[in-house]
Amino acid sequence: MTGDASPGRREIAVVAFAQSDTLRTTEELSEVEMLMPVLHDVLDRTGMKTADIDFTCSGSSDYLAGRAFSFTLALDGVGAWPPISESHVEMDGAWAMYEAWTKLLTGDADTALVYSYGKSSPGSLRDVLTRQLDPYYVAPLWPDSVALAALQAQALIDAGHTDEPALAAIGARSRSTDNPRAQLKGPVPQGDYLVRPLRTGDCPPIGDGAAAVILAAGERARELCERPAWIRGIDHRIEAHSLGVRDLTDSPSTRLAAERAGAFERPVDTAELHAPFTSQEVVLRRALRLDDTVRVNPSGGALAANPMMAAGLVRIGEAAARIHRGESDRALAHATSGPCLQQNLVAVLEGDPR
Amino acid sequence: MPEVLKAPVVVEFPFTRSLGPVQSAFLTGLRERVVLGVKTRDGRTLVPPVEYDPVTAEEIRDLVEVAHTGTVTTWAWNHAPRRGQPLDTPFAWALVRLDGADTALLHALDAPGPDAVHTGMRVRVRWAAERSGTITDIACFEPYDGDSAELTGSTGEFEDPVHGIVARARLDYTYSPGRAQTAYINALAEQRAVGERCPSCRKVYVPPRGACPTCGVATSEQVEVGPSGTVTTFCIVNIKAKNLDIEVPYVYAHIALDGADLALHGRIGGIPYDQVRMGLRVEPVWSEGGRYPDHYRPTGEPDADYETYKELL
Repeated sequence: MTGDASPGRREIAVVAFAQSDTLRTTEELSEVEMLMPVLHDVLDRTGMKTADIDFTCSGSSDYLAGRAFSFTLALDGVGAWPPISESHVEMDGAWAMYEAWTKLLTGDADTALVYSYGKSSPGSLRDVLTRQLDPYYVAPLWPDSVALAALQAQALIDAGHTDEPALAAIGARSRSTDNPRAQLKGPVPQGDYLVRPLRTGDCPPIGDGAAAVILAAGERARELCERPAWIRGIDHRIEAHSLGVRDLTDSPSTRLAAERAGAFERPVDTAELHAPFTSQEVVLRRALRLDDTVRVNPSGGALAANPMMAAGLVRIGEAAARIHRGESDRALAHATSGPCLQQNLVAVLEGDPR
Repeated sequence: MPEVLKAPVVVEFPFTRSLGPVQSAFLTGLRERVVLGVKTRDGRTLVPPVEYDPVTAEEIRDLVEVAHTGTVTTWAWNHAPRRGQPLDTPFAWALVRLDGADTALLHALDAPGPDAVHTGMRVRVRWAAERSGTITDIACFEPYDGDSAELTGSTGEFEDPVHGIVARARLDYTYSPGRAQTAYINALAEQRAVGERCPSCRKVYVPPRGACPTCGVATSEQVEVGPSGTVTTFCIVNIKAKNLDIEVPYVYAHIALDGADLALHGRIGGIPYDQVRMGLRVEPVWSEGGRYPDHYRPTGEPDADYETYKELL
């Protein structure tokens, strides 16, 4: 979709955001037990009850915890019986939000609950993520998520776009956040190479967590939220499948999604980027033409907390929450999925003039 | 809070995948120590080759041989190889553009250390001793100081081409059932069935999953139910399950334990299979040292009235 205000298009806003702490392990909780407090929190912020929600959409992946159909169990936490209108994507919750946004655009729903969660602790995340790769030429080699990010980082270093100290500075800046939900913050040693040239400080912490937002259309949004974060544009694009076809130093899919979301029409004051690795922030800043006037990842971003399947939705939620609080007027939120920024979503959010 | 239950879970899946004509030629070629690419209409040669042009989505079928020597376009040093990776000693991951190709192939590069690797370095394929038509027929790349290797002259036509691969995967997890199910399983080991009551609608869930699916709130109040219950519905199993030492036919039933608002399921024994009926009153039978009921058998009570369990079907 596009950023131009098509005549007659419904105005849709993020009216509430909630998230859990991100923890290295949540073994005492099932997925629904981890998720439920977040659902209650986000509903409480609007005063709505489950029955007031017209459409529910979630994002998760069964591979993370190795539990088949875990999303159906998670639905218990919503109160999904008798059956509600709902959908699920095996993707980050940012894409669940995209589906909910289209549902609201059709006029079939005025409110939507979007949530996502990831419990990575039961498995070995670096290995689990190899199963999303090309099954013919790549997955049989088991290249783990850090290795693929390291290939991208080396390409950026070779191209002169960054170096190891600059990457370390991105990690340090991200973790200087005051975000109480951050899993990793404050001074963190840059550490040894995990896969060279990436050190532990360049990589996200592995954690379990959940997030939720509520969308509402038009006047309903104004009833539910003092300063709604209006979605001015949202779009997602994907790179070619094969890593060796791509220019790993660039992200044309991010740039195109941003263009279509209207991100370049006026400057943003804040950007929440889903860059799990320091090197990926370098790519995204260039693709999105962000200069030093833009506050990038005041939440700490994925380098401070990276709950799989939720970290992208958290970027949208964090950007929206800053608008709700009056700390931002126009913010860009980005979510990614797959190896080396394979797929990218960009949303532009705005608050009403103050 | 009692200690959290944990158990190892291994998920293994051998996907059998069929190959398109281009993938089939490429992987068969590797078996024959030939590397093939595919030409796009604008003249680029893609290696590894794909069935459709990644830019135009055109079907592409024009195979062309490339050399098994090439140049590293980017790399990353992997000092701690993981299970399933091509080498079990430290190696570099590398994207390699083979001579004659316009795109790069991901594989391992066997080198003595990171100081011996750089972008732009020349490498060549090290073939696996045994090859069957998979990407691992390339064992890895190795440093190579020289010009482009000569081509074999292959046309991309081979005898006995491979048409599929078996993609084996194994993932290891540590499973933990969470708070509600841990309490249920622990009580079951003491031969008690303990459910949880919804604070809102008062329904009792057995086994509990921690949330009421109607109200969307946490359940926490523990309620012991049973031990007896009522068969609400059932089926007759005629196919023997793998690794299960039970004579067929047998009956598998939904059983509403007394006091529960949700039926659980279990096997019915101690009665001929064709005499099991809705409303039959049953009780659990525990095997020695068992952590859960082996099966349920008739209590001998009169059948329950349909009205008492119709909401639990």
